[in-house]
Amino acid sequence: MSLIRLEKRPAPSRLLSGLTPILAVIATMFAGGIMFAALGFSPFEAIRIIFWDPLFDPQFGPYSRPQLLVKAGPLILIATGLALGFRAGIWNIGAEGQYIMGAIVGAGAGLAFYPSESFLIFPFMVLAGAFGGWAWAMIPAILKTRFGTNEILVSLMLVYVAENILASVSSGLLRNPDGMGFPGSRNLRRDFPAASNTEIFADTGMHWGVVAAFIAVILAYVLMSRHKMGFSIRLAGEAPRAARFAGVSPARLIIFCLGTAGALAGLAGLFEVSGPAGQISIDFNTGYGFTAIIVAFLGRLHPVGILLAGLLMALTYIGGELAQLMLGMPAAAIQLFQGMLLFFLLAMDVFANYRVRIGTPEIAK
Amino acid sequence: MTDAYLAIDGLTKAYPGVVANDDVSFAIAPGQIHALLGENGAGKSTLVKMIYGLVKPDKGQMRVNGTPFEPANPHAARGAGVAMVFQHFSLFDALDVSENIALGMDNPPPMRELAQRITDVSEAYGLPLDPTRRVGDLSAGERQRVEIIRCLLQNPKLLVMDEPTSVLTPQEVEILFKTLNKLSDEGTAILYISHKLEEIRALCDHATVLRLGKVVGECNPREKSARELAEMMVGQTLHTPSRDYAEPGDVLLTVEGLTLAPANEFGTRLRDVAFELRAGEVLGIAGVAGNGQDELLAALSGERTTKPDAVRLKGIPIGRHGPNARRAAGLLAAPEERLGHAAAPEMSLTENALLTGDIREQLTTNGFVAWSKARDFAGKVIEAFDVRTPGTETAAGALSGGNLQKFVIGREILQRPEVLVVNQPTWGVDASAAAAIRQALLDLAAQGAGVVCISQDLDELMEISDRISALTEGRMAPPRPAKGITIEEIGLMMGGAHDMHEAHPEEANA
Repeated sequence: MSLIRLEKRPAPSRLLSGLTPILAVIATMFAGGIMFAALGFSPFEAIRIIFWDPLFDPQFGPYSRPQLLVKAGPLILIATGLALGFRAGIWNIGAEGQYIMGAIVGAGAGLAFYPSESFLIFPFMVLAGAFGGWAWAMIPAILKTRFGTNEILVSLMLVYVAENILASVSSGLLRNPDGMGFPGSRNLRRDFPAASNTEIFADTGMHWGVVAAFIAVILAYVLMSRHKMGFSIRLAGEAPRAARFAGVSPARLIIFCLGTAGALAGLAGLFEVSGPAGQISIDFNTGYGFTAIIVAFLGRLHPVGILLAGLLMALTYIGGELAQLMLGMPAAAIQLFQGMLLFFLLAMDVFANYRVRIGTPEIAK
Repeated sequence: MTDAYLAIDGLTKAYPGVVANDDVSFAIAPGQIHALLGENGAGKSTLVKMIYGLVKPDKGQMRVNGTPFEPANPHAARGAGVAMVFQHFSLFDALDVSENIALGMDNPPPMRELAQRITDVSEAYGLPLDPTRRVGDLSAGERQRVEIIRCLLQNPKLLVMDEPTSVLTPQEVEILFKTLNKLSDEGTAILYISHKLEEIRALCDHATVLRLGKVVGECNPREKSARELAEMMVGQTLHTPSRDYAEPGDVLLTVEGLTLAPANEFGTRLRDVAFELRAGEVLGIAGVAGNGQDELLAALSGERTTKPDAVRLKGIPIGRHGPNARRAAGLLAAPEERLGHAAAPEMSLTENALLTGDIREQLTTNGFVAWSKARDFAGKVIEAFDVRTPGTETAAGALSGGNLQKFVIGREILQRPEVLVVNQPTWGVDASAAAAIRQALLDLAAQGAGVVCISQDLDELMEISDRISALTEGRMAPPRPAKGITIEEIGLMMGGAHDMHEAHPEEANA
């Protein structure tokens, strides 16, 4: 009687943990190719359009390349915050809601001063955006520390609450008074220069949100490798009992991790609404908060890894749009393709932590 | 050697960086109960794995009844009559006994027939076991019987048992020994691996001692004392910690009216625990595991807080303080569970040094970790306590139990505690490391610190304590001077508290 067994490695293989993201990308291309073929598209063409054309195609490149940073910025910003919690075993699944609330509070803070031209408005909006996301994340944090609720469920459910608030304010509180009754706020980028998140260098896609993402990556790196809080986060994730013995307060950790992730997601929302999106509208959120979960894991919860993973994920977004445009591929196929990436990453992780053995089952370790 | 059932000749197995078995030779005669002795890492498991076909030897040969025996896998080993009961059981909780046994057999008979054979074998060998019971409902001793009966159904000529008594109650050990003696009488050879020297002296008629992969001696364990056996294993004269009963100094730690609800449903409620600890004193707290030891340690280390007055350090109430505030005040602790509680297994020794050393060794400034200082501190612990490790960046989980325990205890002692609380300081630790740890605790007390040692090992407590008490169902007996106390008297202390508990049946049900 022979079975395939997984045998836990004494220590995770360092080589494989480094290689798994690359292997996962290759496996995703392979399985995705089969899916594209089954849908009647040429797999090679589809994969070229997704991964290559956005950067190097002479026709689309000039338009797509700046989009890379525009899309990667919020993903990296959100994922960096989420990774802190994930390292500590705190599962904030509701970054999408925190992103929406950051955008609403930040945009609202700016619109309250319309049409002022003070240079203080934008910094104030940044603070307000971070606050909005932070406050939204404090709901699951406080419920968890006070009543032991499950932060996964609470943060996720709050996404739907946030979406409904978004729908409400875009046709109510924040609706553009000069907008002929159409839902949606004033366009911050077009109509309100003091509140707009402009490109720093023209045609690069580099806006303040991208700068914030890079700063967040550097700060998170320093926090995790040099600061006692980063050590406490890792300790709590790897050995919760040892963390308590070391004097780490679980409640403080929950508040810190959820709060930081919420603030960063809120910032991402604010930079998006004041820049690329331009206005609060019903369809403002496009799933960055959920995709950032994939980015965080694809980047192995490491700030630098997240930076690279964010760029890669942005590429699949842009390439996916291009594939929809060029090949008429359904949007669901692209989402499936992104989902495959997370699936393969987690699956490949098994091989870093376990050895595959084919043998008889009664042998104990 | 011709009458040996299994003859092992010059077996050698090397792993990268270590020779696990070096030219190991011995023979097991039919009906012999042969002990395999050695410290952790002496090469016992590698040897057994070679016999069972899990590992291929690099050199040397084995013979079964004179014919060469080179099992390529456990299936081949079983074919030659070798059966093995592992320390960790491989059973499915959701299946019943006969289903579990059928899963482990190479060619199981029909279920009804199998159930009958299980009943027959279990009756023949005095191992009561109902084939229709679900394994999930069985005790550890009964689970082991499932494994043994699975082996016996294959009519083994050699039964290998790896640390079989570590999970058994004394009564279950007695039943097991009867079975093994009966098997031996019928001519089955038994290779018995254990740390428990008294058991080996009671059961085995021959012993092979391994040290660092080599056979260093053979003997009849019945003719040797446990101490002599231990010294053969360790290869040096075992140093019994010396103890002068010094005049105790001022009261350092006062525990009074310490009552604590259990942290979870499997925990034990602490009931009105009270004691005083003086400078230069070792207070031993005896008791069987699960009687409140973990809770007492948590209440003293600060992982659980209590009313302020329940724990006082030099008169100052610290019951509300967390672990780091207590460390700053001079009260340090080393919990029982090394992996995951006292140390984080996947983190390096440097990171584990930071885990408790931050406050007293000042390893952080403004929240930023001074990794070079943490590394130096870890290095000092490794150096001072002879921790065998490639270096400070090795993961704690990669160390052997004894070495990690030396690191954990050393980490606290080097922080110059005024009071140190340790729980099971030498549990699962080899003899020489255990002696070193005990000596370190005594040295600490000699320098004027107070030591609370919670332990199940009564010999250990008698060796190092000035006063001894016992924890039973969360109650603590008043400490008594250790000088002249007998094991029976300690047993009575445990029983005395137990009687008190029976007087409150309503609490027992709570």
